[in-house]
Order: sequence, then structure tokens, then C-alpha cells
Amino acid sequence: MHSIFELYLVSLASLKFTQQNSSYMKILVCISHVPDTTSKINFTDGDTKFDTNGVQFVINPNDEFGLTRAMWFKEKQGAAVHVANVGGPETEPTLRKALAIGADEAIRVNTPATDGYSVAKQLAHVVKEGGYDLVIGGRESIDYNGGMVPGMVAKMIDANFVNTCISLEVEGESATAIREIDGGKETISTKLPLVVGGQKGLVEESDLRIPNMRGIMQARSKPLHVKEPVDATAETNTNTFEKPAPKGAVKLVDTVDELVDLLHNEAKVI
Amino acid sequence: MSVLVYTESENGSFKKIAHEAVSYAKGIADAMGTTVTAVAVNAGDSSELGTYGASKVLEVSNDKLQNFNAEAYADVLAQAVKNEGAKVVVLTSSANSKFMAPLVAVNLEAGYVPNVTELPSSTEPFTVKHSVFTNKAFSNTEINTDTKVVGLAKNAYGIKENPTSASTEAFSPSLAEDDFSTEVVSVDKATDKVTIADAEIVVSAGRGMKGPENWGMIEELAETLGAATACSKPVSDMGWRPHGEHVGQTGKPVASNLYIAIGISGAIQHLAGINASKTKVVINNDPEAPFFKAADYGIVGDAFEVVPQLVEKLKAFKAANG
Repeated sequence: MHSIFELYLVSLASLKFTQQNSSYMKILVCISHVPDTTSKINFTDGDTKFDTNGVQFVINPNDEFGLTRAMWFKEKQGAAVHVANVGGPETEPTLRKALAIGADEAIRVNTPATDGYSVAKQLAHVVKEGGYDLVIGGRESIDYNGGMVPGMVAKMIDANFVNTCISLEVEGESATAIREIDGGKETISTKLPLVVGGQKGLVEESDLRIPNMRGIMQARSKPLHVKEPVDATAETNTNTFEKPAPKGAVKLVDTVDELVDLLHNEAKVI
Repeated sequence: MSVLVYTESENGSFKKIAHEAVSYAKGIADAMGTTVTAVAVNAGDSSELGTYGASKVLEVSNDKLQNFNAEAYADVLAQAVKNEGAKVVVLTSSANSKFMAPLVAVNLEAGYVPNVTELPSSTEPFTVKHSVFTNKAFSNTEINTDTKVVGLAKNAYGIKENPTSASTEAFSPSLAEDDFSTEVVSVDKATDKVTIADAEIVVSAGRGMKGPENWGMIEELAETLGAATACSKPVSDMGWRPHGEHVGQTGKPVASNLYIAIGISGAIQHLAGINASKTKVVINNDPEAPFFKAADYGIVGDAFEVVPQLVEKLKAFKAANG
């Protein structure tokens, strides 16, 4: 007994399918390959290079929140999720980890990441070539804290841009984002193509995914394209690094009276 | 070839970071033998900027710029730079500055360095020191482009008076339709509270508080000091406090004059985020807490005893010292 109801279900299903196709997003998540948050920071070669000795590299935490949000779009709304990084072959394990978390394809632009501008220029080229609707980067990388790549990419490809993004919804061509501002947040309405500088809030810490064995196995056979860089000259260059001067020992006091006295008379902060 | 500085305002009055940014711009201008031009958007009377060294203020007054819009504000700034023939653009580390700085930089084909902590060590080549690895190190970086954009780290330079007679000039940039393709729908901001970004004192608490119901004393301490409240990552992850209060490497950075940490052990990620604060006080019952190594002053004791005592003492202190 094939009822009208069943036919209705079939037509609903096909409708859903076409809707998914029309809003099928191509997402690029920019992945920075950074030292783990617990790393000791040291420099070599006369303080001109970061000492990678014994350092574990990870996906930049701000980027990982973005990648996880991208996976949500893929699973709930249908989307292709690609990840890209600008760097040498040593960054590939980080891209493989992104693939193991669930990205479909990875792109590595084969050139060292020298400054924010040159990295943005490489990524802008990747975005143009790939025709991405949505580009998600982190609000900053935890190594050089530049916080400039997503904004620069947006400007270079003439896309809309939302920084310090803590919530993102996309429906068709329209996007609603919440941005963290000093002392609050604001809701922004905009359109694709869109670049966001993301952070915690896009998803919660507890939503982050640890790659499982199946994901890791699948990641091995997913495409990792190595692209040669376009011409881009760095606009800034680091001469030397230095570490903060060592801190004096803490002054321990027994009473709040002593503390208030020190804050007033010695530190002069109250 | 002046130094151009963006001066942030809210509800018609300049923020402290605007005063700091002008002070810093004046320092650069002196080193380069030039003057400071400030750009103020819908800020009302801007004559006060002369106090910190601005020789000229470009006043922009436009209803379309009522809400901050990065694309439009970046466009305004870039036009002002071109008009003035400015070679250096000074921004700050506010959320809005960091939002628009990369747009300004690309527009002007200018190299951009954020989180700058000192005056340039040299203006030819233009070399600045800025914090990297979330305050665990500094980098001395050269900007090679003709125009330079620098973002001053909060509270790194301080407000310096440098009385200059400032002329004001109305500036009417041409704004394109394109500038408004992102639109602010609503703003959700507590106006009665000191924000972490603006605060000179931040009172922060962690898991040692045992539960969200115990935050009354933290808020009272903050109120007594006119401070902002903040929290550690686990506290925000557990939902004891709102995300906006989470400070540390993946949360908000803090660069206050005084940072008081209560019941926070001091994980390396937390310390990185608050390290730019000038004076750090730790109250913790565990003498082995790593935070004591990073602090200036400490009390080893139970927060539930020490904090109420501190509140009482501070109230008496405030009453005595006006």
C-alpha cells in the first residue's frame, strides 16, 4: 500500500537533496603548524631562529576550533572541507592530523612561512584557484601572534571578513556571525564569500575531536596536494629574538595588611 | 610624511588606549622629525588629543560609521594616510584595531607588525620590538615597505603628556557601498562593568574557588578595586563563568597594571596570557603552585579566608585614601 504520504516523503527527500546541492559549501580551513602550548621557547643561530629541538608541533588551537566548526557544516549542511598550510614538508604531519579529524583534502604550499603578508598571499591564491565560499583561519597563531593572515586574505580576494568570530551560521549565501568585542559581543550579518578569524566559541573545547584509528587510516589515503608558491616578497623580516628578562623572586607575605601596603607603596598600583 | 594614529572612542569620548596610542605616535614622530596626525571617528571634541602630542586631528563625522565596521573604518584610515602622505600608521591592540589592521595594511601595501612594545629601535630601517609566542619572547622585526603599520601592545608604552596645539579639520572620506557588506545587527555589551581590555586591575579566579556559587567575594573584590573579573580556562570550560572572562593563551590576553590571581595554579598557557601585566599577585593555598614563580607578591592561604579579609582591608584603605 503505497500511500500519498510515502510519495510525499520521497519528494521531501529529493527536495532536501537539491537544497543541499545549492548550498553545498566549499570550505577552506587555514592550518598553522605551531609549537604545542606547553613548549619551552628557545632560539638558536645567534637568536635568529626558533629552536625546534624537542618541540612537539600541533594544529594551531584557534584553527582547530575552526576546523571542528567546518566539520559540523560538512555533517549537518553538506560541505567539502579542505585544509591548507604554507610551509615545508615538516608541516605535513599537522595536515595529516587535520585529515584524520575529517577534512577531505589538504594543500601544502611548498615555501617557508616567512611573514604574515607572504603567507596570506599564498593562501589567497589557493582560495582563488579553489573557488572556496568560506575560509576559516584562527584569530591568531600562538607562535608569532600576527593575527593578520585571515584579514589580509579577505582583502586580497575581496571577500567579507569577520574577526574574533565565536559563532557562525551559514544559510545559502547569507552568514550570521558573532564577534567578540572588548567587553561583549556583536552579531554581524554578511554574505559569502566570507573569511573568518575564528577562536574558541566557534565550537566548545569539548567538541574538539581526537582522531580515531579509522580516521588516521583514512587520512593516509586522502589527497595531500603540494603546490609550488606564487611570487610573494615578505614585507617584514625578523632580525633577532629575545626572551623576557628573568623575574625576581616572589615576595610572600602573611597578612593582607602587608599586601595592601606593598601594592600601594612599592608597586604603586593601588 | 606625518605619523598617523587611529584614536578609538566610545559614546563620544576617547578611550585610554587612544591617549596611549597618540603618546606613542608622538614618540615615533619625534624620532623621525615629523608630526602626529590623529584620526577620530564620531568622537566629538577632539582637542584633548593635543595633550598627548597630536598636531592635527582629522575629525570624521558620519552616521554610517556609528557602529564599528572594519572594512569601512579601514577605508577611512587608508584615505587619511594617502591624503596626509603619512609613512607610519599607529593602531592599538583593541579588538577593533586588530580587526581592521590587516585590511589597512593590504590596502596601503604596507608591512604590519602587531603587539609592538617599544618605540622603534631604528627608523631607518624601521625596526620594532614586539611580543611573540604569547609573551614568552620578543622579536625585533624590520618593516621593509614604504608605509608601515604598527599595532601598539596595550599598556606597553603608557600615557605620556606632550602638550601640543592641535588643529582640527573635518575629514569626509568617500565611502563605497562595498564597505558595508558586513553589517552589525546587534551589540551585546555590559555597560556597567569594567572590561578586561580596558581594566587597569583584573581580579581572576580559578578552580580553587570550588564552584560558581562562591564568586560573590571575587566580584566584591573586583568592585572594591574598580577591577574587571576574569577566570582560568577550566572554570570557563566547566561553565562556571562566561567565556568572555577566560584569560590565557586561547582566551583573552591581559596587560593590566595589577593582576590578582586567586585559586589559579598557573598553567603555562595561563601565565603566557597574563604575562604582560605589570604587577602580579597570587593567593593560593598550595605553596607549590607554579604561579608563585611568576608572581611579584603572594599569600599562601585559603582564598575563602584571605579574600574577605582583603576586601575589608581595601575598603578601609579606599576610605582612608579617598
